[in-house]
Amino acid sequence: MTKDLRTLVSAADARSRAQAADERLRAAAQAAGEVDVALGTLDSPIGELWVAVTPRGLACIAFDGEDREVLARRFASVLSPRVLSASRMTEDARRQLDEYFDGRRQRFDLRLDRRLMTPFAREVLGATARVPFGEVATYGAVAARIGKPKAARAVGAALGSNPIPIVVPCHRVVGASGTLTGYAGGLERKAFLLHLEGDPTLFQM
Amino acid sequence: MRTQSPPPFEEFLAEHGTAVMRFLIVAVGPEHADDAYQETFLSALRGYARVRDDSRLDRWILRIASRTAIDHHRRRLRGPTPSGEVPDYPVHDPEPPDAGLWAAVGTLPAKQRVAVVLRHVLDRPYDEIGDVLGCSNDAARANVSAGLKTLRETMR
Repeated sequence: MTKDLRTLVSAADARSRAQAADERLRAAAQAAGEVDVALGTLDSPIGELWVAVTPRGLACIAFDGEDREVLARRFASVLSPRVLSASRMTEDARRQLDEYFDGRRQRFDLRLDRRLMTPFAREVLGATARVPFGEVATYGAVAARIGKPKAARAVGAALGSNPIPIVVPCHRVVGASGTLTGYAGGLERKAFLLHLEGDPTLFQM
Repeated sequence: MRTQSPPPFEEFLAEHGTAVMRFLIVAVGPEHADDAYQETFLSALRGYARVRDDSRLDRWILRIASRTAIDHHRRRLRGPTPSGEVPDYPVHDPEPPDAGLWAAVGTLPAKQRVAVVLRHVLDRPYDEIGDVLGCSNDAARANVSAGLKTLRETMR
């Protein structure tokens, strides 16, 4: 009898049925406004991007290869544990990124959730956000803009911690001689983004 | 005294979804399991921001699932289906020997059914079943054995 009970539903059956039910659950949770951090992915020429959007705005964009499990846990502790894949909440950000990579968009019109930034990074990234499409600034220039002209190195570290790359254009900040120097997503991606924007480094040099 | 947040809900869902679905398929019947699953996890999501990492999440979600299953039975008893009638479950793989057991499980009182499923489908220990059902260890054991006794009699 108890053996029969155990074989009534196999774990494999339950798993496939749970996965189908999860899709419905995500849609219902989103419709009910019970999702605090919505996750979504999109394909791009620089690999799959993973976005996190809260009711306050876009909080994070992660490149392919970043540890999503670690990031999701950070969202859970800093933002809210109610983290769920949700297509509608991430749709606007995904669409605008698509347009950017298609060359149809130069400015993002998205609200940002800056809670994953330290106060200093907020300042640095705020200044970075004012470097327009098709232009570049040096680390020193960004440091000067926030009134800390000697803090170029700290500025570099803050840019490296940018949780919302591409939309907050830290790729537009380059070394004093116009070299690309560093990028959290890798120099190849930085070069690709600048190329997409018309190779502004070349003009500066 | 850790007051860390629980894991991201998506991770929690991946970890417990299969067990909860397995529990519900037997506890409320295959036909109602999907709805009960939605109800269970939506209710969990509503309370999730207040949960702490050190609470036993596996027990917590089974407690919600059990409550959902028991509510489900009560609602159906009040509904158009006359009590005592064997529910006609569409078993997805209707092997003849299983059909009898499904029907027999369907006749169990809600609490016994939940207790039997926790013990003999999910292999949970009695102290956990008591915790989930909000009763003592002994009461949990009594519910399981009463349920099994009824099943054996029905199947005879």
